[in-house]
Parts: sequence; structure tokens; C-alpha cells
Amino acid sequence: MGNALFSPDEQKTFDTKLAELLSHYPDDRKSAAMLPALRLLQELKGWLPPDGMELVARRLEVTPARAYEVATFYVMFHTKKPGKYTVDVCTNLSCALWGAEDLLAHLEQKLQLKSGEMNDTFFLRETECLASCGTAPCLQINEDHHENLTRKKVDEIFSRLP
Amino acid sequence: MFTTPFEKIITRAWGKPGSHSLETYQAAGGYQALEKALEMAPAQVIDEVKKSNLRGRGGAGFPTGMKWSFVPKDNPKPKYLCVNGDESEPGTFKDRYILEHDPHMMLEGIAITCYALDAHVCYVYLRGEFKHQAERTQAAIDEAYKAGIFGKKVLGRDFSLDCYLVRGAGAYICGEETALLESVEGKKGWPRLKPPFPAVVGLFGAPTVVNNVETLASVPHIFQRGAGWYAGLGTDKSGGTRLVCLSGTVKKPGVYEVPLNLTVKDLIFKPEYGNGLPAGRKVKAVIPGGSSAPVLTADELDVALEFEALKTKQTMAGSGGVVVMDESACMVRCLWRVARFYAEESCGQCTPCREGTPWQTRLLRKIEEGRGTHEDLETLVHVASSIAPYPPIGLGNTICALGDAAALPTHSFFQKFKDEFIAHVEQKKCPLGDKPWGAFQDAYNKGLPQ
Repeated sequence: MGNALFSPDEQKTFDTKLAELLSHYPDDRKSAAMLPALRLLQELKGWLPPDGMELVARRLEVTPARAYEVATFYVMFHTKKPGKYTVDVCTNLSCALWGAEDLLAHLEQKLQLKSGEMNDTFFLRETECLASCGTAPCLQINEDHHENLTRKKVDEIFSRLP
Repeated sequence: MFTTPFEKIITRAWGKPGSHSLETYQAAGGYQALEKALEMAPAQVIDEVKKSNLRGRGGAGFPTGMKWSFVPKDNPKPKYLCVNGDESEPGTFKDRYILEHDPHMMLEGIAITCYALDAHVCYVYLRGEFKHQAERTQAAIDEAYKAGIFGKKVLGRDFSLDCYLVRGAGAYICGEETALLESVEGKKGWPRLKPPFPAVVGLFGAPTVVNNVETLASVPHIFQRGAGWYAGLGTDKSGGTRLVCLSGTVKKPGVYEVPLNLTVKDLIFKPEYGNGLPAGRKVKAVIPGGSSAPVLTADELDVALEFEALKTKQTMAGSGGVVVMDESACMVRCLWRVARFYAEESCGQCTPCREGTPWQTRLLRKIEEGRGTHEDLETLVHVASSIAPYPPIGLGNTICALGDAAALPTHSFFQKFKDEFIAHVEQKKCPLGDKPWGAFQDAYNKGLPQ
């Protein structure tokens, strides 16, 4: 199954990096590497395909259910293939006081998506507080952080996306 | 106390070029504190931290030295240190900058702490969204290994220490220390029942200390300058300086390092801090310690941003997140935003929180949209009380404090701004119409105010 999931290069990266990750934990606690291993899989594939999660589970010597459980608990893990860019908009109190609701409405219109929806290019969603309240409002695009946003700045950021 | 003149210690290098590098940190005396600590016996190191009156900066304010002393000496299992860098309490954004500007200060604190605890492995858990901060921290860890600070022989001594970075994946609950341990163990972040406390049964079933990033960054100063010096910066019960995160409707939001006797009012209005509100605006409400902390009204701001002082106002210093709301912000809508967050982030383990947090959110939305009834107001208080009673009497009806964190804002907003809630019901709309966000409603559209 590994062959179908990864290209030879990806397989090599996965194996090398997973071995490094496992060295961080006691020998009888391989499953502790679950979060970093899933992150590694997602970095390689852009999401967590079911056969990938099964592979991670096998390598960490736990049942696939354990990998699914973790993957579905944490919002940064994608068990469905997202658009190319995941756009996480903070709409918590400090950001909302600085116009985050307007920012989200603008993005919904701009991307033609409702919060929580995705297409091939974008996955737009509201996210938990991003710990950037002093530079509100803020958002992240595939984990790249953008802050002190204005409508103009948002338009610029999106026009520069490759 | 306040016998030591105030100076910036945690933030001293922020903004200076290369502040995050080992070279710059060492040039400013970095890792000398570790040298000093390694000359002492581990028990002596713990005693010094006790004398310094350092209290945890993650939210609960527990005395750090005491926490360390709970780790049993005779337990045959390995001991662990876990760093809590899962900074996600709304209104809090200080650890972000420590990791960005001065990660070595935290790493030195880690080395001293591990020596005191006889721990040989440390996991630094950072929230998943901190990409840049994780890169900075990993680079600093790599530098420390290269310089012989981490590794088989810490600074040439017969003490080995490994330090690993673990990145979360988006879950507020993992900031709760036992949920964090579960997450480091590769599981979903469900808090554990306590006791046993982590000091006895923690990571991998072994004795573990969990400390916040700022707490650990404070540790080197205790050894560099002396426990008495550090204690003298603060009150009788709480040593050192404190990072506070100011956000919301102020002219100069940001992280400020302040003495512990600074009042909420001075933080908001003094030119070196928040510099007041935009012209024509007045404070309506202030959250003093992250969104879990009960809200203060404009009349209650003459209180120091300190654990004991804020307790007298039935609120808490928490994580240092101060959020200012001005008179033109709708309290129902503010509370709805906060409630919504806790509903999203409830882990689902305990029924009162799992069911109560979305229920609060639905009721608040209904009230804000003008569809609420007087009965809904009663239900709102009832639901919040079922999660955690108010005033708080210790932990509410849930395993961890997320339940309390979700209920306390509801209780306090409703109690202190009752008229506004009733106005929503009686006018069948938000009295502020389509502009519920106050002063900076248009900031985003028109560009930032100068």
C-alpha cells in the first residue's frame, strides 16, 4: 500500500523523518509520535488520506482507529482533501472588535464560499483565537500568519498567492 | 515588597537585531544563570525558586517552586518537563513573542528546571499554528545542542538533557496541562481526572512538571540576579514582573512588561502602554486575564493586574490577556463571540460543558438577533450555572477548567450588563443595530487609525 500512497522520494522522506521522530520517545511509546507523524503525512500529501493514516497507525503499532481518532480531534488535520489554500480567519473577541466580521464577510464574497466551505483552491473557515490579539484582525493561509489586516491588505495578500 | 526597582527582564532584548540567536543571548550574559544553578544541589535550586515567589504565568498562578517540589524524589521512573506553549486563551499573545524574540531565555529556564527536577527529557509543546515560532524554537534548540548546552553533558557537567519540540494541531484544550500530556503522548486532548496530579503521574505515567513558556523564561533571572532581587520586583506573594497582553479598543495594543502593582486603568491609559481609547470613546468593559476571566466594568479598573488583587474583584489575572471594550460595543455580541469559542473548543468529555457551551451560544445568538425572550435570559443563567456556579467555588461540574472558563464570562457579563441583555429582548433587536463592534467597526474597511 505504501507504494501507491507515496512516490519513491516521498516514501524515503517519510521513512527517514519518521525514524527521527520515533527517536524522541521511549521505545515502548511509539504511539506518542502520532501528532508529528500525521503532520508529516499531511506535509507530504496535503491531507490525510485513509491509507496514509493506516500506514501511520501500522508504523506506530496502534490500530487505525487511534490514528482516525487523533486526526478528527485536531482542526489542523484534514481528513478530507481541502482546497490548495486553507484560510483560517480569527473571529474571536479582540479580532471582532477590530472588524473580523467584516473581514470574513469580505472573504466569503471574494472567494464565493461560506465559512466552512471549500472548493479546489480555497478552504475558508473561522478558527480559534490565533494568539495575535494585539495585531488584530488576523488570519492564516496554510499556517502563514497575516496580521493588522485591512480590506486593502487582504486583497493584496490574496493577489500575491502563487 | 517592590523593594527592587522595576526593569524589563523578559522583554529586554525584544526588537533588537538577532535577539533570537545564541550569540546575542550569550553576549547579554545568557546561560550564566545555568552555570550558577549547576553549582548548586538540585534541592537548593528548588529552594531558590521558592524564595523568588515566582508564580506560574499560564493562568492559574500556582507557585512554581512548590509545583517542582511535588515531584517525588524516590520514584524510580524517569522524570519529565513539558513546556506549555499552547497559547490560545483569547486575548493572550505573549508566549508568541518570547519564542520569536528570545527563545534561549526559555531554553535556559528549561535546562535549570530539568536539573532541579533530575529530568533528562523535555518536550516543548507549541500550538500547531505557531509555524514561525516553532522554526525559531527548533533553531534555538539546535544551537543549544551544538554549544553543549543540551545533550549528553550539559555545559560539561555529568548531566544529560534532551529537548524535543512537539507541535500541536489546533485544540485550545491542549493548554490544560493534563490534556497537553495526552497530546504529547499522541492522543486526542482529553483532560485527565485529578488527582493524581502530573507531578506524581504525568507523561508516560511518570512524574512530570508542566510549566508555561513565560514561567520558564523567568527562571534564569532568579539565578542571574538572585532570588531576593527577583522577589523584590513583585508583591509579598508574587515575584518578578509580568507580561500583559493589551488588545481591543485601545490606541496602542501590544504586549507590555509591567510591575505587578500596575493597575488596569494605568495599563489602558498611560502613554507608555495603551495610551487610552480613540477620541470620544469611553471604556465600557474590560476582561483582565484572558476571556475566561470574569469581566470588569469601567468603575472597577483601579485594581492591580496581579493574582491576589484581581481575586478581590471576583475575577482573575489568568494569562495576562486584557481586552478592552468601549461604550459602543454590544456586550451580548462580545459574549456571544466568547461563548462560541468555548463551544467550538469543548473537548466533549463532560456532559455539562459539551451540551452547555453550544446551548449558551445558541441562546446568545438568539438574544443578539432580537429573537430572545425573558425566559431565554433565565435559561442562559441556568445553563451557565449547570456548567459552573457563580461566584466560583473552586472547580465547577467538569473535569477541567474549560467548563468554568465558558461559564464565568456568561455569569459576569449578564450580572454586570443585565440592562443591555434585557434591552435586546424588549426592543427585539440589538440596540446598536448593525454596528455592534464599537470604535473600530470601520478600521478594517478604512485602514488603521494612526
